[in-house]
Amino acid sequence: MTMTTKPEPTTSVATPIQNSLTAGRLPTPAPWLILGAAIAVSAAIFGVMGLAGEAGYNWGGALLVGALLYIPSIWLFSMLVEGRRRAMDRLVTALVTGAFVLAMIPLISLTITVITFGLNRFDADFFTMSMRNVTGEGGGVLHAIVGTLLMTGTAAIISIPIGLMTSIYLVEYGRGQLARGITFLVDVMTGIPSIVAGLFAYALFSIFLGPGTRTGIAGAVALAVLMIPVVVRSSEEMLRLVPNELREASYALGVPKWLTIVKVVLPTSIAGITTGIMLSIARVIGETAPLLIAAGFTQSMNWNLFDGRMSSLPVFVYTQYANQGNPPEAYLDRAWAAALTLILIVMALNLIARLVARFFAPKFGR
Amino acid sequence: MSTASTAIKAKQRPGDRVFSGSAVFAGSMILVTLAAVALFLIVQSIPAFFASHEDASILPESFWSYVGPLLFGTIWAAALALIMAVPISIGIALFISHYAPRRLASVLGYIVDLLAAVPSVVFGLWGIGVLAPAVQPIYAWLVDNVGWFPLFSGPVSGTGRTILTAGIVLAVMVLPIMTAICREVFLQTPVLHEEAALALGATRWEMIRTAVLPFGRSGIVSAAVLGLGRALGETMAVAMVLSASGAVTFQLLTSVNPSTIAANIALSFPEAFGINVNVLIATGLILFIVTFVVNAIARWIVSRRQEFSGAN
Repeated sequence: MTMTTKPEPTTSVATPIQNSLTAGRLPTPAPWLILGAAIAVSAAIFGVMGLAGEAGYNWGGALLVGALLYIPSIWLFSMLVEGRRRAMDRLVTALVTGAFVLAMIPLISLTITVITFGLNRFDADFFTMSMRNVTGEGGGVLHAIVGTLLMTGTAAIISIPIGLMTSIYLVEYGRGQLARGITFLVDVMTGIPSIVAGLFAYALFSIFLGPGTRTGIAGAVALAVLMIPVVVRSSEEMLRLVPNELREASYALGVPKWLTIVKVVLPTSIAGITTGIMLSIARVIGETAPLLIAAGFTQSMNWNLFDGRMSSLPVFVYTQYANQGNPPEAYLDRAWAAALTLILIVMALNLIARLVARFFAPKFGR
Repeated sequence: MSTASTAIKAKQRPGDRVFSGSAVFAGSMILVTLAAVALFLIVQSIPAFFASHEDASILPESFWSYVGPLLFGTIWAAALALIMAVPISIGIALFISHYAPRRLASVLGYIVDLLAAVPSVVFGLWGIGVLAPAVQPIYAWLVDNVGWFPLFSGPVSGTGRTILTAGIVLAVMVLPIMTAICREVFLQTPVLHEEAALALGATRWEMIRTAVLPFGRSGIVSAAVLGLGRALGETMAVAMVLSASGAVTFQLLTSVNPSTIAANIALSFPEAFGINVNVLIATGLILFIVTFVVNAIARWIVSRRQEFSGAN
């Protein structure tokens, strides 16, 4: 290796050092070049194949095959230049990145599909009308939105006090056998399939009110069964984060235990608890199967939880798809528009939950 | 006489009694709810276990010959989903925890979590409208070229609504939870282990293979089992995507597909009457037992991990 003692005075950019540490490695832009070449080759192959067939150019297929082609080619180039170990490293990097990109495909495809199809019927009529006496085009989703709000709201009213008090019990009071048993049962409850919760609510109400009863309150009970364990889990986690020093300081001042919990522990963790509750609502608001079983579906407005079947947004999506009439496009458009509404509600709940967590978190600054 | 040895009892105020009482009450409500779930399901299922075709019109012969194919379909669809989801979720978790730029990592994690926020009925709609037509040509190609392989034997389904498509949708749906668990475990790998591996000259993959994966093995297993529990109980996406005929077959690409318990309940329940309702509730009870066992295994693995954590 030759050493240059006199550096070029005119260039301000330092020349990269050529030494044994960077020798025998692919240059930095090499992976991108190989990726571009792989996609170009695959695009050319698809182009030749496209000339033979009548179908239009398959962009998705070309990109997919190009990306697949990249994985062995980066391994091959790295093998030739860098040796076996680094080639393996490059291969795994490509595979791991590929896994992430692969998972993004359904998310992006789903977003685009729901927005493009959903906007067809995303109009004022859609949110101000029910489906009563509607066949074919027109009609709206108001009855389903009302049903969703009523049932989810009732489920929240049932499960927030029970869930919150259970988590307080587990963190502040629970010792011994009962606490361990409840922790175990909450775990079991988390694993209940949603349709089994629906069957339970149906069985419960059909025993007391006669077989075949489907009411809004049954749907709310089914949702509450699914929601309680989520509320318990998230609130418990938040309550455990409250530093013990705060509790001890409160006890030292002679404050009773229950006042300590109400005035010290809960205010400290309220942001996290709110976030957890919002996320649990976002989770149950999209549940379809239990509501289909327990609350059924209807075409009319129903404000009464205790009488008659009640529609909800997810069940509306399903029934519009499953019972297509004439013309089918009208039914599919309504299904997609309701799906878009549902996704917007869930996203809004998620977003509000994250904002609450960020802005109302307790400040432990000193 | 010294009283140092006797414990000092705090004064019990009425507020304390009321508050702790209601906390205990809420805790026991969980117990009561779960007992009620089990009790009502069992009570409603008992007539179904001894029913025959004369009592319930949906039964071919006995209850067990009805639930057998459904159970097979449930496990087969969930297994397919898991085979696809486990490597991908490990990959995503590694990408977020060890490959992506630090600043981007939490944002990328949030994006993956967005998948969990999509309701299952929307996944069903997407599976029929977008995924099934998109994969059908691939299925046709597979049957034509790799048809000698038993799983891929034909004739190919014309709609693409096969058990493999349902498995793909299920895999997408269980990805977020599995990725979240794997990511948590990978991030807990002791930094000293990783740095030691790198200092010995390991490449990034060798560092992951020798430090991260052994540490996270039980986390990966419990993530997989939890994902299995989710996939077993998932209803609407399967009910909408799969065009089931109730056969017991391993073929992935034909229009003859087994159904799953949950999807079958969702499809048959709205029109069910009489003892058929009890039959469907009994299949729900079977599903409940299966998911309970799967989740118990997951919990057992997690608790073992806490005892023998790789950190020490």
